[in-house]
Amino acid sequence: MRNPQLNGDGSLQHLLTIEGLPREVLVHILDTAASFIGVTEREVKKVPLLRGKLVFNLFFEASTRTRTTFEIAAKRLSADVINLNITVSSSTKGETLLDTVDNLSAMHADMFVVRHSSSGAAHLIANHVASHVHVINAGDGRHAHPTQGLLDIYTIRHYKKDFSALSVAIVGDVLHSRVARSLIHALTTLGAPDVRVIGPRTLLPTGVEQLGVSVHHDMREGLADCDVVVMLRLQNERMKGPLLPSAQEFFKSYGLTPQKLALAKPDAIVMHPGPMNRGVEIDSSVADGPHSVILPQVTFGIAVRMAVMSILAGN
Amino acid sequence: MDLPDAEALCGELARKLRAGVTESTGLVGIRTGGAWLAERLHRELKVSTPMGTLDISFYRDDFDVAGLHHQVKPSQIPFDVNGRHVVVIDDVLYTGRTVRAAMNELFDYGRPGKIELAALVDRGERQLPIAAQYVGATLSVPSGKLLRLARDERGKFFLRLSDAQPAA
Repeated sequence: MRNPQLNGDGSLQHLLTIEGLPREVLVHILDTAASFIGVTEREVKKVPLLRGKLVFNLFFEASTRTRTTFEIAAKRLSADVINLNITVSSSTKGETLLDTVDNLSAMHADMFVVRHSSSGAAHLIANHVASHVHVINAGDGRHAHPTQGLLDIYTIRHYKKDFSALSVAIVGDVLHSRVARSLIHALTTLGAPDVRVIGPRTLLPTGVEQLGVSVHHDMREGLADCDVVVMLRLQNERMKGPLLPSAQEFFKSYGLTPQKLALAKPDAIVMHPGPMNRGVEIDSSVADGPHSVILPQVTFGIAVRMAVMSILAGN
Repeated sequence: MDLPDAEALCGELARKLRAGVTESTGLVGIRTGGAWLAERLHRELKVSTPMGTLDISFYRDDFDVAGLHHQVKPSQIPFDVNGRHVVVIDDVLYTGRTVRAAMNELFDYGRPGKIELAALVDRGERQLPIAAQYVGATLSVPSGKLLRLARDERGKFFLRLSDAQPAA
């Protein structure tokens, strides 16, 4: 089946998911992002690539970091950006998703950045828009969050240079995490030989091994000698459900403390997609400690999103 | 067609530039050929200001038709541009569009005191009002041919003419 993200010539038309994207496409995005890092350190932190283009940030679900960094990225590319927080707008008046998109297209939209609680929402829009319009998935349900996966691998490459001998542990609520899914696909595509997921049985999807990862339920075993620790957010609403006894209990078993981190390699880095629950999945002394690259992740996220937007707009 | 010896042109360009540059001049090469040339000239002219390189991919005027160049490398300007004498260096001066893009990018680092242009070869056919102050040689090249600087494995310069469509 044809990959709906790619044009006939194999170039990227939309960014919907990392799954199925060739290695060269990922590397091209990372290399382009590296060039944008320099732009953000200059006197004028803007390039004229997307001058005259209209980008809609379509957020049907709350977000601070992702929406803001997409907005900054588009502005640094000289695009005009409109932010729409749809939870409090049209859909509450009964307009359908595609009607909203049609109306914005009639305003000459060139690009949609879409966050939605339903998996597949960005795909639906991508299949609907005219051929000159590009769609970026900024998180759809439990499915995918490709730019987060890309900024995660950008961060790993920045600190570790090479994926070929890397051990990466992804810890926590993998079941509900689109971030984890996108990162696992990115890491396996780039050839990371040892990707582990660690969490209680109730928070790991069944059959997760088939993605090419090893499964651990014990932090001591899972963190041993790893180079990268990626902590996932434990969503508050899950803590009240039947999957977990309590936040305290979770922290005791799976919260990242300095003691548990000491099992990883001495130069291991700690990542988190945010927003963090201090004292639930991560201890403050780790989040703010010398191994943490959580804030650099946010900064790199701007350059990565600039890369994705400019590559799409040029294809 | 017979192409001139790039090493000899480089020597000629260095000789001409020597009169125009000072210790504080910023030499800026445009990737890739111009950057190689700038590296060589920077060494030969013993300019103390570190050299810069520009990758003009983010400033090209054909982005809408050609998209983003596939191998973008970071630009690096390791000196303060404000008020400085800057010499932009490229291997082949043709339409002038690359130089236009390079100047736009330079201005995003600051306000240079003066910008000059040095090119190993000027092949004419300008599409913009741009001129080089330092030229190794002027050469007439059939349109539709791509002329660029190349390096052998020992780092020796030579000119290469190919059928590829020249980038603007």
